[in-house]
Amino acid sequence: MAHIPDGVLSNPVLVAGGILAVAGVARGLRELEPVRVPKVAMLSAVMFVASLIHLPAGPASVHLLLNGMAGMVLGWAAFPALLAALLLQAVMFGFGGLLVLGVNTVNMALPAVLAGLLFRRLWRPDQPRRTALAAALCSGGAVLLTGLMVAGSLALSGREFEAAARLVVLTHLPVMAVEAVFASAAIGLLAKVKPEALA
Amino acid sequence: MSLVERLDPRTRLLAALLFALAEVLVPSLAAQGVGLLLAVIAALVARLPVGATLRRLLSLEGFMLLVLVMLPFTVPGHPLFSLWDVQASEEGLRQAASIAIKANAVAVALFALVGSMEAPVLGRALTRLGVSGRFVHLFLFTTRYLSVLEDEYRRLRLAMRARAFRPTTGPHCWRSIGHLFGMLMVRSLERAERIDAAMRCRGFTGRFPSLDDESQAGPGRLDLGFGAASAAGLALVIAVGVAWT
Repeated sequence: MAHIPDGVLSNPVLVAGGILAVAGVARGLRELEPVRVPKVAMLSAVMFVASLIHLPAGPASVHLLLNGMAGMVLGWAAFPALLAALLLQAVMFGFGGLLVLGVNTVNMALPAVLAGLLFRRLWRPDQPRRTALAAALCSGGAVLLTGLMVAGSLALSGREFEAAARLVVLTHLPVMAVEAVFASAAIGLLAKVKPEALA
Repeated sequence: MSLVERLDPRTRLLAALLFALAEVLVPSLAAQGVGLLLAVIAALVARLPVGATLRRLLSLEGFMLLVLVMLPFTVPGHPLFSLWDVQASEEGLRQAASIAIKANAVAVALFALVGSMEAPVLGRALTRLGVSGRFVHLFLFTTRYLSVLEDEYRRLRLAMRARAFRPTTGPHCWRSIGHLFGMLMVRSLERAERIDAAMRCRGFTGRFPSLDDESQAGPGRLDLGFGAASAAGLALVIAVGVAWT
């Protein structure tokens, strides 16, 4: 969904995305002490597996982005984790490209980090309903923001992409709904069983 | 073993990166076509399986198809044909073709040069090219546990099926799969704690020593030859690009 291939975006957009991605990844890596690496790697592998499955939604099926959930459990480490996942997908499956890696990373990871920060403000460990609602809000919001950013990357690259950009936002709406329900269940369970993972 | 597999992994990475740069930045359709041809040649040299590669390229086209189909109608220019009163322009068609060629050329080159590389090899090559050790460490760990988690996911799905769960549209299904992944996160966090403990037990200091770290060999004859060939190919792409603009 959020994988823009090489050859579409204009050079200024590619450069801006690259610079933002480097800054975000650097920030994420600074906080990633060697002790935390197994935990972060494990969670990013979970996100990777989850993003490969398709969930039925009406006549079609959607596959999830899960960047909001990644931000809630990983914080700033979502930047390097999502870059690693995107690199793997580009090399193994041909989703996305090489020079657009920066733009794709920012489009996924920036909403992730924002969702994580927002969730930490909303979350109360002793209120499960509030936790589930906050998780739904943050993950749905992250999907919407990613859709808007992908559309923005397209629209900034040329006026001729504006119609396509609008369609991209539309295709993210069902994903947003499915993912909000999905993430509120997943994060709700995590908050009940292992709240220290979210702290 | 194909010629590409005998190259130093660093050579393969650098060649892929330079190819992507040239292919994306060169402005003319003819030059991009030459680039696609070079990528296909690289794929033949790497002996990529044809069927599987084509299938992967189609999955790339899925999302892009929308963008490509709309382009001829949204770019202003000489009218070429019209569909339900909407004019398609020659310029738009050209741009759509250019995007399709560039995206496929870079994808084919990536499959040929990097796709067949084992993750640990790719990781070490990245380290030696100056990528942050912490990032490579994270990358390697992630690839290592992908298959473990996929197995665990399959096991949980099987358990759900044994209890007559069938995926349907609606919150019940989405929530159930959400719980599955919540459980998967809990289990994988516990697994990560065990891994961390085991690694500390063995004196892990944040860095993986590797047996061939010592042999920081320079490029071999094969690498130099491949480098020269790909440099010539890229020079051709750029020359065609300059001549046809």
